Amino acid sequence: MIRLAVISGKGGTGKTMVAAALADIGGVPQVLADCDVDAANLALLLDPRRLTTEEFRGLEVGRIDHDLCSDCGICADRCRFGAIVHRDDAWVVDTLHCEGCGVCAYVCPMGAIEMVPHVCGEIYTSETDLGNLAHARLFPGSGNSGLLVVEVKKRAVALSEGADLMLADGPPGIGCPLIATVSGMNAVLIVTEPGIAALHDLERLVTVCRRFEVRIFVVINRFDLADDICRDIEEFCAKEDLTLAGKIPFDPVVVEAVRAGEPVTRRESRATDALHGIRDRLYSDLGLI
Amino acid sequence: MKIAIASGKGGTGKSTVAANLAWVLARSRDIVLVDCDVEEPNLHLYFPAEETDVPVTALVPEIDFERCNFCGECGKFCRFGALAVVKDTVLTFPYLCHSCGGCALVCPRGAIKEVPRTIGKVSCSRPLPRLVLITGVLNEGEVLAPSVIKAAKVFAEGHPLIMYDASPGIACPVIDTLEGSDYCLLVTESTPFGLHDLRLAAGVAEELGIPAGVVINRSDGKDEETVAFCREHDLPILATIPFSREIASIQNRGGLIARDLPGWEERFAALSDAILEVGP
Repeated sequence: MIRLAVISGKGGTGKTMVAAALADIGGVPQVLADCDVDAANLALLLDPRRLTTEEFRGLEVGRIDHDLCSDCGICADRCRFGAIVHRDDAWVVDTLHCEGCGVCAYVCPMGAIEMVPHVCGEIYTSETDLGNLAHARLFPGSGNSGLLVVEVKKRAVALSEGADLMLADGPPGIGCPLIATVSGMNAVLIVTEPGIAALHDLERLVTVCRRFEVRIFVVINRFDLADDICRDIEEFCAKEDLTLAGKIPFDPVVVEAVRAGEPVTRRESRATDALHGIRDRLYSDLGLI
Repeated sequence: MKIAIASGKGGTGKSTVAANLAWVLARSRDIVLVDCDVEEPNLHLYFPAEETDVPVTALVPEIDFERCNFCGECGKFCRFGALAVVKDTVLTFPYLCHSCGGCALVCPRGAIKEVPRTIGKVSCSRPLPRLVLITGVLNEGEVLAPSVIKAAKVFAEGHPLIMYDASPGIACPVIDTLEGSDYCLLVTESTPFGLHDLRLAAGVAEELGIPAGVVINRSDGKDEETVAFCREHDLPILATIPFSREIASIQNRGGLIARDLPGWEERFAALSDAILEVGP
């Protein structure tokens, strides 16, 4: 099975639109994964039917037993994350800040702190007309988003029987969730746009991707909004030896399709034509067709 | 006053709204703009200026093999998998380390010393007479974005007017950015994705007890659902910026519409007035 992640560096360049379009017109047996667990949107375009829902437990967090606590505050002194706070006359663990290291439980002279499981999201599996989908929801403010991405990918593998392709919609950025997404992939498709911010972010993202054994493809979305910067991106791709899989024109039909909750490729449009070209180029390079 | 700009969804225009607001504010007062999107910081692209860099470090364990007897306590304690004791050596994985200090604490032989490792930097510049820009930059391949965000915020501490530009999402980096803010400006776009993620971001602001308002960006006029959501949740819509190729073209090239497009200075001034009114 080929594993392909759609990523971007800069947010809002059209990752989910491209991922849904590829899922729609790919024509190969596939399993889908939404690895943007902070703000998961792929399901909004795929009309999923939920198969399973499970709790996502991140790292354990500290819990203080107030019957045992002697109020000494040693735990708060030792916590490097400011996660132990004095509230209503008692020391409590602020789970938004607790990293789950366990230092508080170790230093407590009264044995009043234990590390307990902490639910910080939900993991879903669903079926869609385009293949099975693994996705998730991170509860607002939770850490552990990288761990949740790892869990989503595991579910996708479990749902992948008969699939030739795992297609993942990735997160923006270059940090923890992005690295968790790219790790273990065969290829990434970077969706960028002609803007100085997107180009700057592309450069940083490529540096991170180089640390992994992945093939790097690039798509320029809304390429006709700034021709000069589009050329800069093409030059960057040539210099870095990145495969430019295609360019998608600015097309109001894209937003119309998103509003209708469906992949843009269900509609005839210039964007759809471009996406077919991208699919052909990408999938033949990956040996899928 | 501390103002945070957030969105949930990426690419809705947080940084361009922040840059335009900062430009307008800096016409009449001192402002410190902090780029907390340390994975992909962009504000410096709108305000090119000479920068002074300060490294951001995280403490990681260093093993003194003269003292270590390979008892394995450190590896057992570390919940992040950053240390492993195998036979007659200790492997450390600094990328996984959260700098909690637990390993040094549990080592019965005092064989672990914590040493700083560079994970990013904070860049400071003064692109305009009354604007200071502080940019947090996470090094490529690093994962401790929150440490760089906190470091960048420390540099701004004490200034009377600070604006934080958050990263997309709703996870720990966003919380670390929003914390301590007096107001949160949520930038959205009127698509189902924008609304879905606005809902999440508004939830974070609410959970942190920070009053919030909304800017609808790249509007094509079909904002009914977003407007209805904002009304239901008592979120004032402070500005609506239409989609136009002209605006996109200016911003894509690093321009500021408040400076470069007639009529927009006034609109951003009105937006900044509305935000400052909420201030403490």
